[in-house]
Amino acid sequence: MNRRIDITLTVNGERVSRSVDTRLHLIDFLRTELGLTGAHTACEHGVCGACTVRLDGDPVRGCLVMAASLDGSVVETIEGLSDTGEIRDLQEAFVARNAAQCGYCTPGMLITAAEILTTAPDASREEIREHISGNYCRCTGYQAIVDAVEDVLKARRTSEAA
Amino acid sequence: MKWPAMGYARVESLDELWRVLDAAGPEAQILAGGQSLLATLSFRLSEPSGLIDITRIPALHGVSVTGGTLRLGALTRHADLGRDPLVAAHAPILAKAAPLIAHPAIRNRGTIGGSLALADPAAELPACVVALDATIVVASRGGERRVPAADFFQGLFTTDLQPGEIITAVEVPVATPASHQTIVEVTRRSGDYAMAGLAAVLAMTADGRVDTARLVFFGVGSGAEIATGASAALTGASLTPATIAAAQGALADDLDPPGDLHGGPELKRHLARVLIARALNPFLASAEQAA
Repeated sequence: MNRRIDITLTVNGERVSRSVDTRLHLIDFLRTELGLTGAHTACEHGVCGACTVRLDGDPVRGCLVMAASLDGSVVETIEGLSDTGEIRDLQEAFVARNAAQCGYCTPGMLITAAEILTTAPDASREEIREHISGNYCRCTGYQAIVDAVEDVLKARRTSEAA
Repeated sequence: MKWPAMGYARVESLDELWRVLDAAGPEAQILAGGQSLLATLSFRLSEPSGLIDITRIPALHGVSVTGGTLRLGALTRHADLGRDPLVAAHAPILAKAAPLIAHPAIRNRGTIGGSLALADPAAELPACVVALDATIVVASRGGERRVPAADFFQGLFTTDLQPGEIITAVEVPVATPASHQTIVEVTRRSGDYAMAGLAAVLAMTADGRVDTARLVFFGVGSGAEIATGASAALTGASLTPATIAAAQGALADDLDPPGDLHGGPELKRHLARVLIARALNPFLASAEQAA
Protein backbone atom coordinates (compact mmCIF):
# COMPACT_ATOMS: atom_id res chain seq x y z
CA MET A 1 0.00 0.00 0.00
CA ASN A 2 1.13 3.53 -0.75
CA ARG A 3 2.46 5.91 1.88
CA ARG A 4 1.83 8.94 -0.31
CA ILE A 5 -1.61 9.53 -1.72
CA ASP A 6 -2.76 12.01 -4.36
CA ILE A 7 -5.89 13.86 -3.34
CA THR A 8 -8.08 16.51 -4.93
CA LEU A 9 -10.61 18.21 -2.72
CA THR A 10 -12.48 21.46 -2.21
CA VAL A 11 -11.32 23.70 0.64
CA ASN A 12 -13.34 26.84 1.33
CA GLY A 13 -14.74 26.70 -2.19
CA GLU A 14 -11.40 26.27 -3.96
CA ARG A 15 -10.21 23.07 -5.61
CA VAL A 16 -6.81 21.94 -4.35
CA SER A 17 -4.66 18.96 -5.35
CA ARG A 18 -1.78 17.63 -3.29
CA SER A 19 0.24 14.51 -2.73
CA VAL A 20 0.08 13.80 1.01
CA ASP A 21 1.89 11.55 3.46
CA THR A 22 -0.42 9.05 5.15
CA ARG A 23 0.86 10.24 8.55
CA LEU A 24 -0.80 13.62 7.98
CA HIS A 25 -4.14 14.36 9.59
CA LEU A 26 -6.58 16.91 8.22
CA ILE A 27 -5.42 19.72 10.53
CA ASP A 28 -1.72 19.39 9.78
CA PHE A 29 -2.69 19.25 6.10
CA LEU A 30 -4.61 22.52 6.37
CA ARG A 31 -1.92 24.23 8.43
CA THR A 32 1.26 23.03 6.74
CA GLU A 33 0.17 22.38 3.14
CA LEU A 34 -2.42 25.13 2.68
CA GLY A 35 -1.35 27.71 5.26
CA LEU A 36 -4.82 27.75 6.83
CA THR A 37 -3.92 28.11 10.50
CA GLY A 38 -7.35 28.91 11.89
CA ALA A 39 -8.03 25.36 12.99
CA HIS A 40 -5.70 24.53 15.87
CA THR A 41 -3.67 21.45 16.64
CA ALA A 42 -3.92 20.58 20.32
CA CYS A 43 -4.56 17.20 21.93
CA GLU A 44 -4.35 15.26 18.64
CA HIS A 45 -6.44 12.38 19.93
CA GLY A 46 -9.98 13.63 19.56
CA VAL A 47 -10.64 14.97 23.03
CA CYS A 48 -10.36 18.76 23.01
CA GLY A 49 -12.22 20.04 19.93
CA ALA A 50 -9.72 22.80 19.03
CA CYS A 51 -9.32 21.24 15.57
CA THR A 52 -13.03 21.18 14.69
CA VAL A 53 -13.66 21.89 11.00
CA ARG A 54 -16.48 21.04 8.60
CA LEU A 55 -16.11 18.00 6.38
CA ASP A 56 -18.83 17.40 3.79
CA GLY A 57 -21.09 19.74 5.74
CA ASP A 58 -20.63 18.26 9.22
CA PRO A 59 -18.37 19.37 12.07
CA VAL A 60 -15.62 16.80 12.66
CA ARG A 61 -12.44 16.40 14.67
CA GLY A 62 -9.75 17.30 12.15
CA CYS A 63 -7.14 15.31 14.09
CA LEU A 64 -9.22 12.13 13.60
CA VAL A 65 -9.41 12.36 9.81
CA MET A 66 -6.64 11.15 7.53
CA ALA A 67 -5.64 13.71 4.92
CA ALA A 68 -5.06 10.76 2.58
CA SER A 69 -8.77 9.90 2.80
CA LEU A 70 -9.96 13.31 1.59
CA ASP A 71 -10.07 12.78 -2.17
CA GLY A 72 -13.38 14.21 -3.38
CA SER A 73 -14.25 15.81 -0.03
CA VAL A 74 -15.46 19.30 0.80
CA VAL A 75 -13.72 21.00 3.73
CA GLU A 76 -14.71 24.30 5.31
CA THR A 77 -12.55 26.03 7.91
CA ILE A 78 -13.02 29.08 10.08
CA GLU A 79 -11.37 31.13 7.34
CA GLY A 80 -14.03 30.05 4.85
CA LEU A 81 -16.89 30.58 7.27
CA SER A 82 -15.56 34.06 8.05
CA ASP A 83 -15.30 34.94 4.36
CA THR A 84 -18.83 33.84 3.50
CA GLY A 85 -20.31 35.77 6.42
CA GLU A 86 -22.35 32.73 7.46
CA ILE A 87 -21.52 33.17 11.14
CA ARG A 88 -20.82 36.89 11.27
CA ASP A 89 -23.48 37.39 13.96
CA LEU A 90 -21.98 34.56 16.03
CA GLN A 91 -18.50 36.04 15.74
CA GLU A 92 -19.78 39.48 16.71
CA ALA A 93 -21.58 37.98 19.71
CA PHE A 94 -18.34 36.29 20.80
CA VAL A 95 -16.68 39.72 20.76
CA ALA A 96 -19.58 41.45 22.50
CA ARG A 97 -19.74 38.80 25.23
CA ASN A 98 -15.96 38.51 25.60
CA ALA A 99 -16.34 34.80 24.71
CA ALA A 100 -12.81 34.59 23.33
CA GLN A 101 -10.08 34.89 25.95
CA CYS A 102 -6.82 33.31 24.79
CA GLY A 103 -8.65 32.40 21.58
CA TYR A 104 -7.18 28.94 21.17
CA CYS A 105 -10.52 27.12 21.32
CA THR A 106 -12.45 29.82 19.48
CA PRO A 107 -12.37 28.57 15.85
CA GLY A 108 -13.47 25.08 16.91
CA MET A 109 -16.03 26.52 19.30
CA LEU A 110 -17.52 28.68 16.53
CA ILE A 111 -17.82 25.80 14.07
CA THR A 112 -19.41 23.58 16.71
CA ALA A 113 -21.77 26.37 17.81
CA ALA A 114 -22.69 27.14 14.19
CA GLU A 115 -24.22 23.66 13.93
CA ILE A 116 -26.66 24.26 16.76
CA LEU A 117 -27.81 27.52 15.15
CA THR A 118 -29.24 25.56 12.24
CA THR A 119 -30.11 22.17 13.81
CA ALA A 120 -31.64 23.37 17.10
CA PRO A 121 -32.79 26.99 16.77
CA ASP A 122 -34.79 26.70 20.01
CA ALA A 123 -31.93 25.27 22.07
CA SER A 124 -31.92 26.04 25.77
CA ARG A 125 -28.78 27.05 27.68
CA GLU A 126 -28.50 23.46 28.88
CA GLU A 127 -28.71 22.17 25.30
CA ILE A 128 -26.08 24.67 24.19
CA ARG A 129 -23.79 23.41 26.98
CA GLU A 130 -24.43 19.81 25.96
CA HIS A 131 -23.71 20.61 22.32
CA ILE A 132 -20.37 22.29 23.01
CA SER A 133 -19.38 19.78 25.70
CA GLY A 134 -16.76 18.26 23.39
CA ASN A 135 -14.96 21.58 22.94
CA TYR A 136 -12.63 22.49 25.77
CA CYS A 137 -11.93 26.09 26.76
CA ARG A 138 -8.89 25.97 29.04
CA CYS A 139 -9.57 29.59 30.07
CA THR A 140 -12.86 28.10 31.35
CA GLY A 141 -14.83 30.90 29.73
CA TYR A 142 -17.86 28.73 29.09
CA GLN A 143 -20.40 31.11 30.64
CA ALA A 144 -19.58 33.85 28.13
CA ILE A 145 -19.57 31.36 25.24
CA VAL A 146 -23.03 30.07 26.18
CA ASP A 147 -24.18 33.70 26.57
CA ALA A 148 -22.97 34.50 23.05
CA VAL A 149 -24.61 31.48 21.43
CA GLU A 150 -27.83 32.15 23.31
CA ASP A 151 -27.81 35.80 22.13
CA VAL A 152 -27.49 34.70 18.50
CA LEU A 153 -30.24 32.10 18.81
CA LYS A 154 -32.57 34.72 20.28
CA ALA A 155 -31.65 37.33 17.67
CA ARG A 156 -32.15 34.90 14.79
CA ARG A 157 -35.53 33.83 16.16
CA THR A 158 -36.57 37.48 16.48
CA SER A 159 -35.46 38.37 12.96
CA GLU A 160 -37.25 35.35 11.54
CA ALA A 161 -40.45 36.24 13.38
CA ALA A 162 -40.30 39.81 12.08
CA MET B 1 2.16 12.23 18.92
CA LYS B 2 2.07 12.07 15.13
CA TRP B 3 0.87 8.85 13.53
CA PRO B 4 3.34 6.11 12.60
CA ALA B 5 4.30 5.50 8.98
CA MET B 6 1.72 3.27 7.30
CA GLY B 7 0.09 2.52 4.01
CA TYR B 8 -3.36 3.59 2.92
CA ALA B 9 -5.78 2.31 0.32
CA ARG B 10 -9.36 3.23 -0.35
CA VAL B 11 -11.58 0.50 -1.75
CA GLU B 12 -14.87 1.05 -3.57
CA SER B 13 -16.44 -2.42 -3.34
CA LEU B 14 -16.30 -5.59 -1.26
CA ASP B 15 -14.60 -7.46 -4.13
CA GLU B 16 -11.86 -4.86 -4.18
CA LEU B 17 -11.60 -5.07 -0.39
CA TRP B 18 -10.91 -8.83 -0.48
CA ARG B 19 -8.18 -8.29 -3.07
CA VAL B 20 -6.52 -5.50 -1.10
CA LEU B 21 -6.81 -7.42 2.19
CA ASP B 22 -5.03 -10.41 0.64
CA ALA B 23 -2.25 -8.24 -0.72
CA ALA B 24 -1.88 -6.18 2.46
CA GLY B 25 -1.35 -9.07 4.86
CA PRO B 26 -2.40 -9.56 8.46
CA GLU B 27 -0.92 -6.34 9.89
CA ALA B 28 -3.27 -4.10 7.91
CA GLN B 29 -6.46 -2.85 9.54
CA ILE B 30 -9.87 -1.75 8.33
CA LEU B 31 -10.60 1.98 8.61
CA ALA B 32 -14.24 2.99 9.00
CA GLY B 33 -15.06 6.21 10.88
CA GLY B 34 -11.67 6.10 12.57
CA GLN B 35 -12.80 7.82 15.75
CA SER B 36 -11.17 5.19 17.99
CA LEU B 37 -8.63 3.67 15.62
CA LEU B 38 -6.94 6.93 14.61
CA ALA B 39 -6.70 8.02 18.26
CA THR B 40 -4.93 4.73 19.09
CA LEU B 41 -2.34 5.54 16.41
CA SER B 42 -1.55 8.78 18.26
CA PHE B 43 -0.87 6.76 21.41
CA ARG B 44 1.00 4.02 19.48
CA LEU B 45 -1.50 1.57 20.94
CA SER B 46 -1.70 0.22 17.42
CA GLU B 47 0.76 0.37 14.54
CA PRO B 48 -0.93 -1.15 11.51
CA SER B 49 1.14 -1.71 8.37
CA GLY B 50 -1.66 0.01 6.50
CA LEU B 51 -5.26 1.14 6.71
CA ILE B 52 -7.88 0.02 4.23
CA ASP B 53 -10.59 2.67 3.97
CA ILE B 54 -14.02 1.07 3.48
CA THR B 55 -16.10 4.25 3.87
CA ARG B 56 -16.93 4.54 0.17
CA ILE B 57 -18.31 1.00 -0.24
CA PRO B 58 -22.00 1.55 -1.15
CA ALA B 59 -23.10 -1.88 0.13
CA LEU B 60 -22.13 -0.89 3.69
CA HIS B 61 -24.36 2.20 3.78
CA GLY B 62 -28.05 2.65 4.36
CA VAL B 63 -30.90 1.95 6.76
CA SER B 64 -33.91 -0.07 5.61
CA VAL B 65 -36.79 -2.19 6.88
CA THR B 66 -37.73 -5.50 5.28
CA GLY B 67 -40.48 -7.57 6.85
CA GLY B 68 -39.80 -7.62 10.57
CA THR B 69 -36.15 -6.63 10.32
CA LEU B 70 -34.41 -3.26 10.52
CA ARG B 71 -31.12 -3.41 8.62
CA LEU B 72 -28.37 -0.95 9.50
CA GLY B 73 -25.43 -0.79 7.15
CA ALA B 74 -22.14 -1.08 9.04
CA LEU B 75 -21.22 2.49 8.07
CA THR B 76 -24.34 3.98 9.69
CA ARG B 77 -22.96 6.83 11.76
CA HIS B 78 -23.94 7.55 15.35
CA ALA B 79 -25.41 10.87 14.16
CA ASP B 80 -27.58 8.91 11.68
CA LEU B 81 -28.85 6.66 14.49
CA GLY B 82 -29.89 9.77 16.38
CA ARG B 83 -32.00 11.27 13.57
CA ASP B 84 -33.12 8.46 11.26
CA PRO B 85 -36.91 8.05 11.45
CA LEU B 86 -36.71 4.29 10.77
CA VAL B 87 -34.34 3.85 13.72
CA ALA B 88 -36.56 5.97 15.98
CA ALA B 89 -39.62 3.90 15.01
CA HIS B 90 -38.13 0.40 14.99
CA ALA B 91 -35.16 0.44 17.38
CA PRO B 92 -35.72 3.42 19.66
CA ILE B 93 -32.96 2.33 22.04
CA LEU B 94 -30.39 3.08 19.32
CA ALA B 95 -31.81 6.57 18.80
CA LYS B 96 -31.64 7.10 22.57
CA ALA B 97 -28.08 5.79 22.71
CA ALA B 98 -26.72 8.11 20.03
CA PRO B 99 -26.58 11.33 22.08
CA LEU B 100 -24.77 9.43 24.85
CA ILE B 101 -21.87 8.55 22.54
CA ALA B 102 -19.01 11.05 22.78
CA HIS B 103 -19.71 14.47 21.20
CA PRO B 104 -21.42 15.75 18.03
CA ALA B 105 -18.24 15.98 15.93
CA ILE B 106 -17.34 12.37 16.79
CA ARG B 107 -20.89 11.15 16.16
CA ASN B 108 -20.61 12.65 12.67
CA ARG B 109 -17.81 10.19 11.84
CA GLY B 110 -18.07 7.16 14.15
CA THR B 111 -19.96 4.13 12.79
CA ILE B 112 -21.98 1.31 14.33
CA GLY B 113 -19.85 -1.30 12.58
CA GLY B 114 -16.69 0.25 13.95
CA SER B 115 -18.04 0.43 17.49
CA LEU B 116 -19.16 -3.23 17.43
CA ALA B 117 -15.89 -4.45 15.90
CA LEU B 118 -13.86 -2.62 18.56
CA ALA B 119 -16.00 -3.98 21.45
CA ASP B 120 -14.96 -1.40 24.00
CA PRO B 121 -16.31 -2.60 27.37
CA ALA B 122 -17.77 0.83 28.18
CA ALA B 123 -19.36 1.47 24.78
CA GLU B 124 -23.12 1.84 24.41
CA LEU B 125 -23.81 0.11 21.09
CA PRO B 126 -22.53 -3.40 21.91
CA ALA B 127 -24.87 -3.48 24.92
CA CYS B 128 -27.77 -2.15 22.83
CA VAL B 129 -27.46 -4.78 20.11
CA VAL B 130 -27.21 -7.56 22.70
CA ALA B 131 -30.30 -6.21 24.48
CA LEU B 132 -32.12 -6.05 21.13
CA ASP B 133 -31.13 -9.65 20.32
CA ALA B 134 -29.76 -8.29 17.05
CA THR B 135 -27.79 -10.22 14.46
CA ILE B 136 -24.35 -9.14 13.29
CA VAL B 137 -23.85 -9.77 9.57
CA VAL B 138 -20.23 -10.63 8.83
CA ALA B 139 -18.65 -11.11 5.40
CA SER B 140 -15.39 -12.38 3.99
CA ARG B 141 -14.19 -13.51 0.59
CA GLY B 142 -15.83 -16.85 1.37
CA GLY B 143 -19.30 -15.38 1.85
CA GLU B 144 -21.56 -14.15 4.59
CA ARG B 145 -22.49 -15.44 8.02
CA ARG B 146 -24.88 -14.20 10.69
CA VAL B 147 -23.90 -14.13 14.33
CA PRO B 148 -26.29 -13.48 17.24
CA ALA B 149 -25.04 -10.36 19.03
CA ALA B 150 -24.72 -12.21 22.34
CA ASP B 151 -22.27 -14.67 20.71
CA PHE B 152 -20.41 -12.01 18.75
CA PHE B 153 -18.84 -10.37 21.82
CA GLN B 154 -16.29 -12.59 23.49
CA GLY B 155 -14.61 -10.36 26.05
CA LEU B 156 -12.43 -7.29 26.40
CA PHE B 157 -11.99 -5.80 22.91
CA THR B 158 -12.56 -9.32 21.56
CA THR B 159 -15.17 -10.45 19.06
CA ASP B 160 -16.01 -13.41 16.86
CA LEU B 161 -14.57 -11.57 13.79
CA GLN B 162 -11.98 -13.75 12.05
CA PRO B 163 -9.04 -12.49 10.00
CA GLY B 164 -10.35 -11.40 6.59
CA GLU B 165 -13.85 -10.71 7.89
CA ILE B 166 -15.67 -7.42 8.33
CA ILE B 167 -19.05 -6.44 9.71
CA THR B 168 -21.34 -5.47 6.83
CA ALA B 169 -24.61 -4.83 8.66
CA VAL B 170 -26.62 -5.18 11.84
CA GLU B 171 -30.10 -6.70 11.70
CA VAL B 172 -32.54 -5.79 14.44
CA PRO B 173 -35.99 -7.28 15.02
CA VAL B 174 -38.36 -4.31 14.72
CA ALA B 175 -39.95 -3.04 17.91
CA THR B 176 -43.54 -4.13 18.54
CA PRO B 177 -46.12 -2.15 20.53
CA ALA B 178 -45.16 -4.38 23.51
CA SER B 179 -41.50 -3.42 23.28
CA HIS B 180 -40.12 -1.05 25.91
CA GLN B 181 -36.55 0.06 25.22
CA THR B 182 -34.30 2.37 27.15
CA ILE B 183 -30.65 3.14 27.85
CA VAL B 184 -29.27 4.93 30.90
CA GLU B 185 -25.72 5.55 32.08
CA VAL B 186 -23.67 7.41 34.66
CA THR B 187 -20.76 9.54 33.47
CA ARG B 188 -18.60 12.09 35.23
CA ARG B 189 -18.82 14.49 32.29
CA SER B 190 -21.12 14.63 29.30
CA GLY B 191 -19.73 12.52 26.48
CA ASP B 192 -17.32 10.49 28.61
CA TYR B 193 -17.31 6.72 28.55
CA ALA B 194 -19.81 5.43 31.09
CA MET B 195 -18.78 4.55 34.65
CA ALA B 196 -21.74 2.18 34.38
CA GLY B 197 -24.56 1.87 31.89
CA LEU B 198 -27.63 -0.25 31.22
CA ALA B 199 -29.43 -1.11 27.98
CA ALA B 200 -32.86 -2.59 28.71
CA VAL B 201 -35.34 -4.14 26.29
CA LEU B 202 -38.60 -5.46 27.74
CA ALA B 203 -41.72 -6.86 26.14
CA MET B 204 -44.69 -5.89 28.31
CA THR B 205 -48.42 -6.57 28.06
CA ALA B 206 -50.86 -3.67 28.23
CA ASP B 207 -51.61 -4.47 31.88
CA GLY B 208 -47.94 -4.20 32.87
CA ARG B 209 -46.80 -7.83 32.88
CA VAL B 210 -43.27 -8.46 31.65
CA ASP B 211 -43.15 -11.21 28.98
CA THR B 212 -39.45 -10.98 28.25
CA ALA B 213 -36.62 -8.85 29.65
CA ARG B 214 -33.05 -8.35 28.57
CA LEU B 215 -30.98 -6.15 30.85
CA VAL B 216 -27.47 -5.65 29.48
CA PHE B 217 -24.84 -3.65 31.37
CA PHE B 218 -21.75 -1.88 30.04
CA GLY B 219 -18.78 -0.30 31.75
CA VAL B 220 -18.96 -2.83 34.59
CA GLY B 221 -17.03 -5.74 33.14
CA SER B 222 -15.17 -6.94 30.09
CA GLY B 223 -17.96 -6.09 27.66
CA ALA B 224 -21.71 -6.16 27.25
CA GLU B 225 -22.84 -8.12 30.31
CA ILE B 226 -26.26 -9.78 30.24
CA ALA B 227 -27.77 -9.61 33.74
CA THR B 228 -29.38 -13.05 33.64
CA GLY B 229 -30.68 -13.10 37.19
CA ALA B 230 -32.10 -9.58 37.15
CA SER B 231 -33.74 -10.23 33.78
CA ALA B 232 -35.27 -13.47 35.11
CA ALA B 233 -36.56 -11.67 38.21
CA LEU B 234 -38.67 -9.46 35.96
CA THR B 235 -39.86 -12.09 33.49
CA GLY B 236 -43.44 -13.22 33.99
CA ALA B 237 -44.04 -10.69 36.77
CA SER B 238 -46.00 -7.48 36.78
CA LEU B 239 -43.66 -4.51 36.75
CA THR B 240 -43.99 -2.95 40.21
CA PRO B 241 -41.61 -1.28 42.65
CA ALA B 242 -41.34 -4.69 44.34
CA THR B 243 -40.26 -6.51 41.16
CA ILE B 244 -37.79 -3.74 40.35
CA ALA B 245 -36.34 -4.21 43.83
CA ALA B 246 -36.20 -7.97 43.20
CA ALA B 247 -34.25 -7.34 39.98
CA GLN B 248 -31.85 -5.09 41.89
CA GLY B 249 -31.38 -7.83 44.46
CA ALA B 250 -30.74 -10.49 41.82
CA LEU B 251 -27.98 -8.36 40.37
CA ALA B 252 -25.52 -9.47 43.06
CA ASP B 253 -25.01 -12.79 41.27
CA ASP B 254 -25.02 -11.29 37.76
CA LEU B 255 -22.09 -8.91 37.88
CA ASP B 256 -18.49 -9.28 38.98
CA PRO B 257 -17.22 -5.81 38.15
CA PRO B 258 -13.51 -5.05 38.24
CA GLY B 259 -12.42 -1.79 39.79
CA ASP B 260 -11.26 0.91 37.40
CA LEU B 261 -10.22 4.57 37.39
CA HIS B 262 -13.64 5.55 38.71
CA GLY B 263 -13.78 3.29 41.74
CA GLY B 264 -13.98 -0.22 43.12
CA PRO B 265 -16.39 -3.07 42.49
CA GLU B 266 -18.82 -1.92 45.20
CA LEU B 267 -19.24 1.46 43.49
CA LYS B 268 -20.01 -0.30 40.21
CA ARG B 269 -22.52 -2.61 41.89
CA HIS B 270 -24.21 0.36 43.51
CA LEU B 271 -24.41 2.22 40.21
CA ALA B 272 -25.83 -0.85 38.49
CA ARG B 273 -28.64 -1.08 41.06
CA VAL B 274 -29.36 2.65 40.66
CA LEU B 275 -29.49 2.25 36.89
CA ILE B 276 -32.07 -0.54 37.09
CA ALA B 277 -34.41 1.79 38.94
CA ARG B 278 -33.72 4.71 36.58
CA ALA B 279 -34.34 2.52 33.55
CA LEU B 280 -37.48 0.76 34.72
CA ASN B 281 -39.31 3.35 36.83
CA PRO B 282 -40.56 5.18 33.71
CA PHE B 283 -42.24 1.93 32.60
CA LEU B 284 -44.29 1.61 35.79
CA ALA B 285 -47.97 2.42 35.54
CA SER B 286 -48.28 6.15 36.21
CA ALA B 287 -50.14 5.63 39.51
CA GLU B 288 -47.26 3.60 40.88
CA GLN B 289 -44.67 6.14 39.73
CA ALA B 290 -46.49 8.81 41.71
CA ALA B 291 -46.71 6.60 44.77
